[in-house]
Amino acid sequence: MPAMKFRGVDYLQFDTLLSDDERLVRDTARQFIEDNLIPIIEECNRAGRFPRELVKPMAELGFFGASLQGYGCAGMSNVEYGLVTQEMERGDSGVRSFVSVQSALVMYPIYTFGSDEQKEKWLPALQKGEKLGCFGLTEPDFGSNPGGMRTRAKKVGNEYVLNGEKMWITSGTIADVAVIWAKVEDEGDRVRGFLVETDRPGFKAEDIHGKWSLRASVTSGLSLQDVHIPETNLLPKSGGLKSPLMCLNQARYGIAWGAVGAAMACYDCALQYSLLRKQFRDQPIASHQLIQDKLAWMISEITKAQLLILQVGRLKDAGKVEHYHISMAKRNNVWMALECARLSRDILGANGVADDYPIMRHMMNLESVKTYEGTHDIHTLIIGSHVTGIDAF
Amino acid sequence: MKILVCMKQVPQKDAPLKLNESGAWIREDVSYEVNEPDAYALEEALRQKEKHGGEVVVITSGPTRAGQVLREALAKGADRAIHLEDNAFVGLDAFNTARAFAEAIKDEKFDLIFTGLQSDDYGYAQTGVVLAELLGWPHATIIMQIEKTDGGIQVKRELEAGYFQFVDMPLPAVLTIQSGINKLRYATLIGIKQAKNKPLRKVTLAEVQAVLGPNLQKIEKLYVPQKTKNTEFLQGPAAEVAKQLVEKLRNEVRVL
Ligand SMILES: Cc1cc2nc3c(=O)[nH]c(=O)nc-3n(C[C@H](O)[C@H](O)[C@H](O)COP(=O)(O)OP(=O)(O)OC[C@H]3O[C@@H](n4cnc5c(N)ncnc54)[C@H](O)[C@@H]3O)c2cc1C
Repeated sequence: MPAMKFRGVDYLQFDTLLSDDERLVRDTARQFIEDNLIPIIEECNRAGRFPRELVKPMAELGFFGASLQGYGCAGMSNVEYGLVTQEMERGDSGVRSFVSVQSALVMYPIYTFGSDEQKEKWLPALQKGEKLGCFGLTEPDFGSNPGGMRTRAKKVGNEYVLNGEKMWITSGTIADVAVIWAKVEDEGDRVRGFLVETDRPGFKAEDIHGKWSLRASVTSGLSLQDVHIPETNLLPKSGGLKSPLMCLNQARYGIAWGAVGAAMACYDCALQYSLLRKQFRDQPIASHQLIQDKLAWMISEITKAQLLILQVGRLKDAGKVEHYHISMAKRNNVWMALECARLSRDILGANGVADDYPIMRHMMNLESVKTYEGTHDIHTLIIGSHVTGIDAF
Repeated sequence: MKILVCMKQVPQKDAPLKLNESGAWIREDVSYEVNEPDAYALEEALRQKEKHGGEVVVITSGPTRAGQVLREALAKGADRAIHLEDNAFVGLDAFNTARAFAEAIKDEKFDLIFTGLQSDDYGYAQTGVVLAELLGWPHATIIMQIEKTDGGIQVKRELEAGYFQFVDMPLPAVLTIQSGINKLRYATLIGIKQAKNKPLRKVTLAEVQAVLGPNLQKIEKLYVPQKTKNTEFLQGPAAEVAKQLVEKLRNEVRVL
């Protein structure tokens, strides 16, 4: 069990900005994570093991596709969904990544771009966690610039034939279905989405080993060699790079909440530790100004990040959010969380590097979170492009 | 079976408490949660309903904030809720709270009423028992298990020192439920959504005022126990000292 019990972080009466239902959703998710993930996460992280046993209980609570309507989904508001994400990442970014991919990168595109048959076939099963999914956009040579992708789909009769490589794909080897983004040769290389069942001949997935981040989540490389899929597996309403970017917008939004969770975990642990740990004249280290400076910095940044993402969530619920709003929240909040992890690690001294405490794990996790779903710097460029009207990519 | 569960909102167990100005209770600005034994009472009621059918109704008294325990119960599967909503309910003693509940449900026909064994704040362990007396129903306390029988129910009571008692009783009855007797479920996200559409009846203070009397129990003063330091040397043969030490650790320091 963890050395310090998480107590929540609320400096500015943030909770008064939430409705009763929003608080109930948050508290439910918090309790679930405390009871089910916290006791096993350090072991998972050490072993590099995805806690698959949590898939079913998470599904039963309605964590997958929580903000979608129908198909067994909970129909949460965006703020409620975000609060769930926050609590999950308070536990672990890897587990949150799994849920983000299942919800925002697999269920959302099927829901948004899929045919009725595709929705009926996949969404209830994905919601129940009976089927798992992955999202293949990134390639070995194309990360920040997915428009350069080489994966191709060719129409042959009433089938598509897919060829290409995808890299850094969360849940790749445990997925039953992959949402693969490919350029369609006879549509002038327009990017479209395809549902590829992972047991089709020519589809291979292999885990990436030696990963020092998101160790409780599966990350894989995918290879597609002459994979034949029926034409009905094309996501009919997908069209152009905009489609995968819409998915990423969903996921980034969740990440911006999630990062607050990771930061809260680090800060709360460091605060409790600093009050217990004594150095010099039998005084708690919390009594030293340099420690207080770190604590004050963290609580200020966490509070600002909470307000930022809540506003983005409210805009999203009102249908008024823009991608550059989400970019600001993702960029700021993940940066802030990573800084909190580093400062907290510092406050714990040597204990900070041991997995008796969650901090080093969060820090390592957040390095991935900073990179995926648009790197920190790419989001800088998105904000820059919006305020100047000049693309600098 | 139609079951009523009495649930109370209490200050969170690990919340830092501050005394209010009167020094007779704590300040309102703490975090609240469902009284722990009440959560088990609700769980038990939901399980009984799953086995035997029927309805689970939850009731609470307290200000608007107390409605949260009802929403949570509805989200977990209770069918409807009754909220005696007024700040004044916070100050009622167990006798008056039971009177208010009895009045609020006088038109209902329950087979069972569950309360938690006691509340985590006042710790009276009285409300359920008094409610049974007011209704003229049998009651049993510290219940760990409930089985339906032909004539009514058989319940398992926890006694001292690891002993249990099995009691057959007729219905309707009031039971006060022990913590930890089952595994609590989580509210599901869908449950939370659906709870919005479940009936919630509000009862004002005026509607029950006529049956209330003066409180028979009153908190005069709350204070933080003064820290005292006391060093005692135990002397004598080792075996004797060890015995005394165990005795003291058990009865005075209460750490064993
Ligand atoms: C654990 C993990 C899980 C992932 N899961 C998925 C997944 O499920 N599906 C998926 O499709 N992808 C996934 N990714 C991939 C992720 O989205 C990419 O890593 C990310 O988009 C960055 O691409 P890259 O790694 O190729 O870096 P690059 O694009 O090569 O970037 C390297 C550096 O160059 C900078 N840079 C690039 N272009 C510019 C520019 N124009 N101006 C200034 N700086 C620039 C970047 O900011 C970065 O600092 C995952 C990654 C990780 C680490």
